[in-house]
Amino acid sequence: MPQLLLELFSEEIPARMQAQAARDLERLAREKLAGEGLSPEALRTFAGPRRLTLVAEGLAAAQAERHEERKGPRIGSPDQAIEGFLRSTGLRRDQLVERDGLYFAHLHKPGRPTSEIIAEMVEAIVRNFPWPKSMVSGVSKLRWVRPLQRILCVFDGEIVPFQIDGHLAGDLTTGHRFMGTGQAFQVRNFDDYADGLARNFVVLDPEERKERILDAARTLCFARNFELVEDEGLLDEIAGLTEWPTPVMGDMDPAFLDLPPEVIRTSMRVHQRFFAVRDPQTGFLVPHFIAVANIEASDGGGLIASGNARVLSARLSDARFFWNEDRKVRLDDRLEKLKGVTFHAKLGTMYARVERIVAMAGELAAFTGVAPQDAERAGRLCKADLGTGMVGEFPELQGIMGGYYAQNEGLDGALVEAIRSHYRPQGPQDETPVAPLAATLALADKLDTLTSFFRIGEKPTGSRDPFALRRSALGVIRILLATQVRLPLKSFASPELIGFFADRLKVLLREQGQRHDLVDAVFALGDDDIVRIVSKVNALEGFLGAEDGKNLLAGYKRAVNILKAEEKKGALPSGEPNVSAQAEEGALTNAVGHMEVELGRALAKEDYQAAMRALAALREPVDAFFDKVLVNSDVPAERENRLRLLVKVRDAMERVADFSQVSG
Amino acid sequence: MPEKPLSFQDLILKLHDYWSRQGCVILQAYDVEVGAGTLNPATVLRALGPKPWKVAYVQPSRRPADGRYGENPNRLRQHHQYQVILKPNPPNLQDLYLGSLEAIGIDPRVHDIRFVEDDWENPTVGAWGLGWEVWCDGMEITQYTYFQQVGGLDVFPVAGELTIGLERLSLYLQNVDSVYDLRYNDEFTYGEVFLANEQQFSAFELEVADVEVFKRQFEDMEKQVPRILAARGRKAEQLVLPAYDHVLKASHLFNVMDARGAIAVAERQSYIGRIRDLCRQCAEIYVAQQGGNA
Repeated sequence: MPQLLLELFSEEIPARMQAQAARDLERLAREKLAGEGLSPEALRTFAGPRRLTLVAEGLAAAQAERHEERKGPRIGSPDQAIEGFLRSTGLRRDQLVERDGLYFAHLHKPGRPTSEIIAEMVEAIVRNFPWPKSMVSGVSKLRWVRPLQRILCVFDGEIVPFQIDGHLAGDLTTGHRFMGTGQAFQVRNFDDYADGLARNFVVLDPEERKERILDAARTLCFARNFELVEDEGLLDEIAGLTEWPTPVMGDMDPAFLDLPPEVIRTSMRVHQRFFAVRDPQTGFLVPHFIAVANIEASDGGGLIASGNARVLSARLSDARFFWNEDRKVRLDDRLEKLKGVTFHAKLGTMYARVERIVAMAGELAAFTGVAPQDAERAGRLCKADLGTGMVGEFPELQGIMGGYYAQNEGLDGALVEAIRSHYRPQGPQDETPVAPLAATLALADKLDTLTSFFRIGEKPTGSRDPFALRRSALGVIRILLATQVRLPLKSFASPELIGFFADRLKVLLREQGQRHDLVDAVFALGDDDIVRIVSKVNALEGFLGAEDGKNLLAGYKRAVNILKAEEKKGALPSGEPNVSAQAEEGALTNAVGHMEVELGRALAKEDYQAAMRALAALREPVDAFFDKVLVNSDVPAERENRLRLLVKVRDAMERVADFSQVSG
Repeated sequence: MPEKPLSFQDLILKLHDYWSRQGCVILQAYDVEVGAGTLNPATVLRALGPKPWKVAYVQPSRRPADGRYGENPNRLRQHHQYQVILKPNPPNLQDLYLGSLEAIGIDPRVHDIRFVEDDWENPTVGAWGLGWEVWCDGMEITQYTYFQQVGGLDVFPVAGELTIGLERLSLYLQNVDSVYDLRYNDEFTYGEVFLANEQQFSAFELEVADVEVFKRQFEDMEKQVPRILAARGRKAEQLVLPAYDHVLKASHLFNVMDARGAIAVAERQSYIGRIRDLCRQCAEIYVAQQGGNA
């Protein structure tokens, strides 16, 4: 079946937008084709620096003829209504079909040629493409991410005839900007296209570009017994900057190795898009780098390597200047400067934020087991590096530079570590600070962020979370779990913020494959201690996964349903069950009594495994009770006693969790 | 690259020759202090309105805060920008630009030329555009922009702007580390031409400039703009060109005060906003004079 090939050829598309553009192109094409009743057997898209490409395989040459039955007015309706229906369908009265007392119109739409549909589709997609930022150029009002240069559109070997703002669709494309012939070449199908591009030094598929970069870069390193410092984000970006990626190894002046490795790596990555290189034995950086050029230079890349090395030297000289200057001023003496830095219009200066972090860290100290004055000192110094030249140049080194400068001043190792790691964890892969002082400061930083922004009503909504509050809340949870610090969140957070923590905890547990309804069930009891909540949830998960748990949950739900129904008839009887008209009733009464004692002990010790064992002991007597005993006995005293017994079962179980929120 | 790299002066002459052949007016630098080639009215004002325009010029650009007393090898309080404006930008502007690189001896078959996303904006003149910084072997050699707004007004037809930092490019071409060692021509170094200038103006702008005087002059310039715009010329036209000169003067005075550390963080935005407002007034009137909507 016929194939569609579309290429939107433009000036250089920002690397960060390419992957999404490929996804958007695929989605929009699928939607439009489906809307016209066309379903390709396969549809793929590719994005690169200068082209967005789509290939759809197995499209019909034309739409199928379409039949539609449209319901009309009732037979015998006023002529006006019937005339209206005839007008809207374009039929005569004798062409209508009568059924079930109604008129129906049977409409036949001949299928349109697919190329006609493609032309409309491409125009609609190009005119409404969801670029994050787009522009106009020259005398054209057509918006595109950068000037659109050419449209290639071939269906079943033929050009699809259309034009968009003067761009006539054709069957020509060009290869690499500098390598290859530089001449446009003709393309009739995807194989032609892919071959032609390969011959003209363009790797179409971004995944293939990434593989080529990694393979070649690793090989260059391996040949000299080095190891590439891999960097996923950098790799993605470079694959978006090159059509013919060609790694070259360059040399760095070894004198720069006295700079902190984070500085060297950041300068390489941010300014130059270089990969760093290290010694696989020691893990230390070596004085080389991998730059990825977009050409295979005719001189073998010597000029490219030396040119890049010179630029890196200039950059690292700047970095060294900051490193030397910054170390002349103590962190303490930088605090005044924070008074001139606005943190947020409604939250005051960075200095005010430091004051809040100091207070928060001091309060947290009691729970994390560090001396309050140590926690306060860490809070006082943690933002001082924001005034340094290095952090001004590389904001992503905040904290890390503070750590270096603190170390340079000879400050205590725990304090250095706390300053260095207080922004962590920054993502799911990032390390969580666990040393007591580091954990305290990291908690203080995040809790101040959360309480402050919640106080001024800046809460995340939908996908909008400009202050990364979700990440902060998740960070708090991860630190508490990693350190097992018992923190009563209610002393620090509003009920709204507690709810926000509950949501984050659910997301975290769900990601770990656990049941989030159990978080609701435990939170419903009003607990605000993350460590205790998670250990309860874990115990519950094990319990409810086993036979006893499942059955007991069913028994609980049955009990609650009965109680709900009976409650409607009047208040439930209070007091202890004391009659045992039937053996099963007596057995359950005894079991509940025994269980309450066991459960009380277990909960007091926070031994939730033991608590679950205590609950499990109820399973048999509960099953037997429901099996043999009729709650709604005709004898009022029996009924009341049995209701009392069920209330007792329910209440005892709800000391562990609100089982009504548990699904299943 | 040719055997002997271009001198600073020859670099300019080659670029003039190249862009002259593309039909550009080769202008002399504007004679009011500016912080960037963009601020020259040949760019900011001519980018507005419907009329086509092609120009190339060298603009000495003063950045008082970057003054290093001539002691830093590549940071200068005054550097030179080579500025090209083509309006409307021709569809082959990228090719024309790459042709200019070949004209100055950069062969894209041995050097790695890359267009890396960079969205340019200049808040003091309410201007922004999309484009790239152009890299040559990892070094930024050009800011390449398609203007979208100037003076807060949408521009159409769109002007393409190329801005080249001449010192930086020359350092690269001549393969030297300090700007003062650049060959200006075969007889003089860049240092012989500009070192004293850097030393004295750095001292002046970072230490000596009388902040009170500058502040007063800023306010004077600010008051002059509406006064000039309220007046009329012989043909009853508004005097937007002299008014815009006063905006430039205000902008430079602000830059010196900023370099002296006399502008508090909180004041900065307000100063920039005041200059932008003045610029906007000029832009609107200029557009009206050109007979365009934007």
